[in-house]
Amino acid sequence: MTDIATERAVRLAAEPLREAGPRPGFASGTLSSLRDIAAHRELMGFLVRRELKSRYKDSALGFLWSLIRPLAMLLIYYIALGKFLGAARSIPDFAIFIYTGLTAWTLFNEIVTIGTASIVANSGLIKKVYLPREVFPLSVVGSAVFNFLIQLGILLGATVVVGRFPSGTRWFYFPLSLAVLLVFATAMALLLSAVNVYLRDVGYLVEVALMILFWASPIVYSWAQVQKTLYPKHVTLEQLYLANPVTVVVVGFQQSFWVAGTGRPIPDHLNERLWISLAVGVLLLWVCQRTFARLQANFAQEL
Amino acid sequence: MDGTKVIRIQDVSKRFVIRKEKSLKERLVNFGRSNLHKDDFWALRNVDLEISTGSTVGLIGPNGSGKSTLLKMIGGIMQPTSGSVHLRGRLAALLELGSGFHPDLTGRENVFLNASILGLSRKQTERHFDAMVEFSGIEPFIDTQVKFYSSGMYVRLAFAVAVHVDPDILLVDEVLAVGDELFQRKCLERIRGFQHEGRTIVLVTHGLDQVAEFCDRAVVLEHGKVAADGKPREALKVLRADFEATRQEEVDRAENTKDEPVKRPRARFTGVALRSDSGATGHPSLKSGEGLTVAVEIEATTPLEDWEIGVGIATPLGIALYGTNTRLLGVQLPRHVGTGRFEFHLGQLALGEGEYSVQASLNGADGTEIDTVPLAAEFSVEGDGRSRGALAARAQFAVL
Repeated sequence: MTDIATERAVRLAAEPLREAGPRPGFASGTLSSLRDIAAHRELMGFLVRRELKSRYKDSALGFLWSLIRPLAMLLIYYIALGKFLGAARSIPDFAIFIYTGLTAWTLFNEIVTIGTASIVANSGLIKKVYLPREVFPLSVVGSAVFNFLIQLGILLGATVVVGRFPSGTRWFYFPLSLAVLLVFATAMALLLSAVNVYLRDVGYLVEVALMILFWASPIVYSWAQVQKTLYPKHVTLEQLYLANPVTVVVVGFQQSFWVAGTGRPIPDHLNERLWISLAVGVLLLWVCQRTFARLQANFAQEL
Repeated sequence: MDGTKVIRIQDVSKRFVIRKEKSLKERLVNFGRSNLHKDDFWALRNVDLEISTGSTVGLIGPNGSGKSTLLKMIGGIMQPTSGSVHLRGRLAALLELGSGFHPDLTGRENVFLNASILGLSRKQTERHFDAMVEFSGIEPFIDTQVKFYSSGMYVRLAFAVAVHVDPDILLVDEVLAVGDELFQRKCLERIRGFQHEGRTIVLVTHGLDQVAEFCDRAVVLEHGKVAADGKPREALKVLRADFEATRQEEVDRAENTKDEPVKRPRARFTGVALRSDSGATGHPSLKSGEGLTVAVEIEATTPLEDWEIGVGIATPLGIALYGTNTRLLGVQLPRHVGTGRFEFHLGQLALGEGEYSVQASLNGADGTEIDTVPLAAEFSVEGDGRSRGALAARAQFAVL
């Protein structure tokens, strides 16, 4: 044996045997899962870049496409809802209002939709090499956040143009709402991407569910209008409506960026609701990750 | 087989459930009867295996014998249904080449991505980048999108990345037969280097010659069980005997299902005996240059017409050294039924020292195999200690 070989043998002899693949255990595996993911953060960076680079490769407009969709939506809602249906009369700065909601919604929508498909889309890799499989949904979160930042830039530009740039304490709501949104969307992406492997119907189900969720959140109409309809006769319905994390997130975003809406009614205890949502979201994220870890054991043979 | 164990497989079994339905609707409709729509398939059954550091192990076996499943368990891609797999050290798997590549990215971007998948950090990749490109030999195209690559270029780049990772255990699944000959030689050289550095290599392949050439141990899997485990030469013997048995079975089955039975003549070897020129029989030991007589006994249950007998000599690893048959010798065999004896004399065998096996085959004139015995008999050759290899020569040396 050569020197290198002996050296290697000695080093290996000192190492303990470890189990191949992910560690079992529902609760006890959390830490090793986190460590595994952290060790692969560089790979996640590459995957995010791959996602971004390949998405609009060979198209002349490239990244502009990721802006054209929300802008088209903005135009549609602004004209159809705002002008024809008259929503703009009761909502000042209607364009900013809608774009704020859409920015938050697009992020949520993208993480959940693309995240759900992420494991199946990367089946070639998953069947051939062991990686913590969480990296695939997580890299979707990464690329969605990148697109979100571009949209956010446009939103801030627009607030400058209309002369109402958010300032001061308004900014508190933004990081908190964003955190709630990311935590919930990531949890969903993890859970659904794993279930999608076993049951491909999930992809279609998610599409329908997201459509409902879009209209169940105050994105193209305001919270004040909901309250007017539901209060005080249907308090339970109102609370149910507020239990939707996307609702509080969107309202939180509007509190930050929709300066013209100052003084308009907002759900009471918005701050507390956001913090509670965050706590629930973190718990949910943990449960979803553990479920993911359980389900991933059979990914390679089910794909 | 001493040294530290780097892979320990204990009593591993793997069950696949074959479902015949997939969608929600089908599952709901068949909910009560869902067990009718399931089939169990045991890909591996109670496999025990320990692999020690620095060894090169070939996993071989017929298609569907569980080789790749076992490799996937070692790689952690699949979990055993029962039993456990334990490892030591860094593990890397040679992907089915290029499966980590994204067609829209350039070669350069894919190198970084693929290296990262295989566990190299960005810094390490940067350090090896030039070596990788150099190894692949596709420098001019490194900034082209890989979808424009030829399949050969694709594979070259993928392999170049794979051989620059620094694993303690390397898993290789059917990927060595890629590229042109020059590139293949480079790859094999690299693998020899890995062996020299004391890395453990587990190889799944159908290229039995590769196993013979590289591995110091071979494990034959058959229907999910370990059928043989040991020196490649022993293992290959078991596997080849297996293949012959399977072939016979298939022939018999085909025979039974045919509409007009017994079109193909039925005959088989009932005995093969060797005798050296000096009169030794059984497992004779020859001097180099001595002749060998191969006597065969054939029993034909249907008349043999237009047929031929062949004999050959092979090394223990199954590499054919010599072969001849009655047609090549210009003999027209007469019609034959019942038991008959025939004899070949192979004179002046210039073989080097070692063990050899004799093969015998019975063919129709149209090339149909009637019977083949891959390991009909064995003999050994004693050399004078002045040479290596299967061929003997009268060597002399002079200083000029």
